[in-house]
Amino acid sequence: MAWDSRARRVMMIYLPLSCFVLILLFPFYWMAITSFKPNAELLNYKEHNPFWISSPTLAHIKHLLFNTAYPTWLKTTMLVAIGSTFLSLFASTLAAYAIERLRFRGSPYVGLGIYLAYLVPPSILFIPLATVIVQFGLFDSPMALILVYPTFLVPFCTWLLIGYFKSIPYELEECALVDGATRLQILRRITLPLAVPGLISAGIFSFTLSWNEFIYALAFIQSGANKTVPVAILTELVTGDVYQWGALMAGSLLGSLPVALFYSLFVDYYVSSLTGAVKE
Amino acid sequence: MSVTTLPSQRVTHRQPGWIVRLFDYKPFLIVMCLAPAIGLLTVFLTYPLGLGVWLAFTDTTIGQRGIFIGLENFQYLWTDPLWWGAVFYSVFYTAIATFGKFALGFWLALLLNNHFPLKSLLRAIVLLPWIVPTVLSALAFWWIYDPQFSIISYLLVDVLHIRTTNIDFLGTPWPARFSLIAANIWRGIPFVAISLLAGLQTISPSLYEAAMLDGASAWQRFRYITFPMMMPILAIVMTFSIIFTFTDFQLVYAITRGGPVNSTHLLATLAFQRGIAGGELGEGAAIAVSMIPFLVFATLFSYFGLARRKWQQGEAND
Repeated sequence: MAWDSRARRVMMIYLPLSCFVLILLFPFYWMAITSFKPNAELLNYKEHNPFWISSPTLAHIKHLLFNTAYPTWLKTTMLVAIGSTFLSLFASTLAAYAIERLRFRGSPYVGLGIYLAYLVPPSILFIPLATVIVQFGLFDSPMALILVYPTFLVPFCTWLLIGYFKSIPYELEECALVDGATRLQILRRITLPLAVPGLISAGIFSFTLSWNEFIYALAFIQSGANKTVPVAILTELVTGDVYQWGALMAGSLLGSLPVALFYSLFVDYYVSSLTGAVKE
Repeated sequence: MSVTTLPSQRVTHRQPGWIVRLFDYKPFLIVMCLAPAIGLLTVFLTYPLGLGVWLAFTDTTIGQRGIFIGLENFQYLWTDPLWWGAVFYSVFYTAIATFGKFALGFWLALLLNNHFPLKSLLRAIVLLPWIVPTVLSALAFWWIYDPQFSIISYLLVDVLHIRTTNIDFLGTPWPARFSLIAANIWRGIPFVAISLLAGLQTISPSLYEAAMLDGASAWQRFRYITFPMMMPILAIVMTFSIIFTFTDFQLVYAITRGGPVNSTHLLATLAFQRGIAGGELGEGAAIAVSMIPFLVFATLFSYFGLARRKWQQGEAND
């Protein structure tokens, strides 16, 4: 072999890998560093090295928290994400249980139907959905988002949970049936506790997906107080021609943190269920 | 104590309340279990989908019920250069971004499939662009693409001295188009990489050992083992990627809102501009509906084009 194997390994693996990591993380670094830069440094590349902060400041974050409705947006987003996550978990756990455990004629088709619902992109639905939301008197209310988000969360969670239910042995349920347990008791005492890892990963996915959602929140919410973080930053913080980059980046950073924290707590579930969902 | 409580327990077991007995009746239980999911999907997905197709054939505006006007909306779109522009850019955006995401994502997956320390930490870090809300990372890109204070321009002009003037990333059509595609690829790489990594890990090492014994080169092992074995999973991941890239909205809305001079409108942003911002619900719905044929075609193409082998995989999720 012409090359020393370690040099070869560095060239073929570590070097490209470092480039990937650098490029994938750079926007976050840039976001973070902008959030803490005083305005004097922010737009002056001649006297200050743009890649570093000489005198970090909390001014942008203070401005965001005390001079804007940012805390309200965070609260609304949290409410919507938690509400739609619970609604979706409830609906999809029962659906997955019925499809996988209570097998009936046509259950594969019901499963396929729910799966196909995932392939309908929100970009096609938001216009007619807006009229439906208005008809229900839910326009401009966070409730609209809590009810609409399950349309993309339920298909997703149902398929994740079907996989989990599949991995729980039938015998456990049969034994309980023989012992005289009712179906609901079996679901509550045996199947659900065993499916907890699945429920957790479905919950994380739902939470992050609803935190990220943009187009419905943009189309169905009008008043500033009911906006979710991604929409509010874009429509309320971007004013005029002079962009307050410090505040904008601080808002993006703070808005990303809950998802990132949540994700880092459960990262093993997240990665394994993602890879598992594709593998199975 | 236990002697006296036992019989009464047995009695309650034998005669549960009628509600509990109703839930033990399997057809009823099945209906009750499926009701929340199917109900939500019917009211907020199936019905709006049908309504959307209907709206596309009417002249509905915000606050006013429309009447059926047949194909008029579509005839109008056919003569509308903006719609053609959006069709062109949607196809272009999807093609280039998908190619980029898969080329780079596959490469990253192959790199991550090697053994090295801190592997799982690295996998977690690499997924970040996919976790963080698209609009928020799009804002970071907006700032990175700033005409005056772009850090890329700074690097090229002041550090590397490759150029003498700043790049106007978002102010001129072609640079703006490619800037958006770059941001989309950046966001898409992690998901492609992690999904393909899962696929790579299912390939049996004995195949590579056998090929090595036969004297196959690294490229031959990739070409004749890795690539064909990855086909089914590539087909699924690509189908999803194409659907969600073609119907992308947030990235373009956050960074350019379709500008400059409407050069970066995707069908979804054009539908939003006409339907919600402009109030022409019928026309907006027609633009949204016009995405369907492209989606069906792209899905069939990627799905049947790539999954020639009978695929054992039953499901995949974005």
